[in-house]
Amino acid sequence: MRHVLFISNWCNPAFMSSWKPTTSHHARIARATMLKHIRQFFEDRHVLEVETPLLCHGTITDEHLDAFHTQYHFDRTGTPVSLYLQTSPEYAMKRLLCAESGAIYQICKAFRHEGEGRWHNPEFTMLEWYRPGFDHHALMEEVNALLMAVLHTEHADVMTYQQAFKEHLGVCPLDASHAMLLNKMAQIGININSPQTLSKDSVLQLLFSYAVEPHIGQARPCFIHAFPASQAALATINKNDSRVADRFEVYFKGAELANGFNELSNASEQRKRFHSDNEKRQANGQETKPVDEYFLDALSHGLPACAGVALGIDRLLMLQLGASSISDVINFPTHIA
Amino acid sequence: MANYSTNEFKGGLKIMLDGEPCNILENEYVKPGKGQAFNRVKIRKLISGKVLEKTFRSGESVEGADVMDTELAYLYTDGEFYHFMNNDTFEQIAADEKALGDNKKWLVENDVCIITLWNGSPITVTPPNFVELEITETDPGLKGDTAGTGGKPATLSTGAVVRVPLFVQTGEVIRVDTRSGEYVSRAQK
Repeated sequence: MRHVLFISNWCNPAFMSSWKPTTSHHARIARATMLKHIRQFFEDRHVLEVETPLLCHGTITDEHLDAFHTQYHFDRTGTPVSLYLQTSPEYAMKRLLCAESGAIYQICKAFRHEGEGRWHNPEFTMLEWYRPGFDHHALMEEVNALLMAVLHTEHADVMTYQQAFKEHLGVCPLDASHAMLLNKMAQIGININSPQTLSKDSVLQLLFSYAVEPHIGQARPCFIHAFPASQAALATINKNDSRVADRFEVYFKGAELANGFNELSNASEQRKRFHSDNEKRQANGQETKPVDEYFLDALSHGLPACAGVALGIDRLLMLQLGASSISDVINFPTHIA
Repeated sequence: MANYSTNEFKGGLKIMLDGEPCNILENEYVKPGKGQAFNRVKIRKLISGKVLEKTFRSGESVEGADVMDTELAYLYTDGEFYHFMNNDTFEQIAADEKALGDNKKWLVENDVCIITLWNGSPITVTPPNFVELEITETDPGLKGDTAGTGGKPATLSTGAVVRVPLFVQTGEVIRVDTRSGEYVSRAQK
């Protein structure tokens, strides 16, 4: 009885000494081994490892992503300069691509000013890579090869966003009206205050996370591609169907593992998207974000046709270890960092 | 009462929902890489006992519920109210039939129960996990049966009915698990 009591107290966070890591040594070894395998995977494919700054002048404009922000003002004279911790190394890596770096990858920390959760820590490890000459279909194949090599998964399922919605919700995400989607939400029992004030994309995302995600990528990873154009982010709009973007996501055992694009290379279209993001921010009463002019200049110079993807290493590790929380694979999650 | 933002949500937090105090059972932060953040919350309504799922936009705030648990000893019932006393301060409080619900059949004088108060009034009464009660009526069992397989119903002094082994007789005091309503053993003398 005494022994049982001791174990249960030890597992209770309130009793956990705050200086101790939340990981087991086994998890640390697994991380080191996984990083070694990933580096080997890219070396075999002649993709160059690079480093880019985490602290930059520009940041993401997306209304649903917020960066940590600091003032660079070391001598206390003149105007302070705003710097942002990067939510992903995307802009800087694309600047390298514009400078003819060829295929590149990076393993780095990324920072997002958001909540901690089972799958979330505000500081996390990201693997991001770019493949000039690939489209998003070729890149999906390579992501699949990486998962097979590192997680020993079976070949992934591939389906479009539209197929996934039709199969699991019986509704077309591209043609259905906002009202029809709200109806569907009520029908499957999503109980939320003032649903009518949610944007159509937020309704789609709620439907996806409640009614599609639990049914896909359980036995093997599932690639979902052709997202609605309104959720294109930095992806090109599909040439044959302007309702969808050349963007994909990878889902496996409840985790959103990776997000990839056929990369938008048109500088003026990119600038338009940044501005439209900032307009949405303004409408929501959020502060607008500075546009990364170095990145836009690089795009004007010319980004080679390429596809790129970002993958969460911590989540990959969780899946490998069967961990139930991201704190099982991050030594010191933000609340005790 | 203070408001709580979704980033303060965690199991055990008491909030108001549809005018009823609730206990958060589970809270999951849901945030697509490209998209709005939500909290998926499993909630127990403390008066009706209903469990439901609710989704909040991250950053939404809700009113906290002034709910606290207090340990009080059961004294007596006057037929309408059930009276409890704080053994340290001798303060007394009365709970009505609704707060007791099904649990009134486990009330034993002087047993310390957990009384959940909302704005100072009792809304639920949780009896101790184990209580000892006398059997007032049960069929005489067969002599020599000690295995206790099958069993028989027994009515206890509070009116509760539990299944007991055949060898247990009327007039004996037994120990019962109030969470499952199951017989545990004969009471230690």
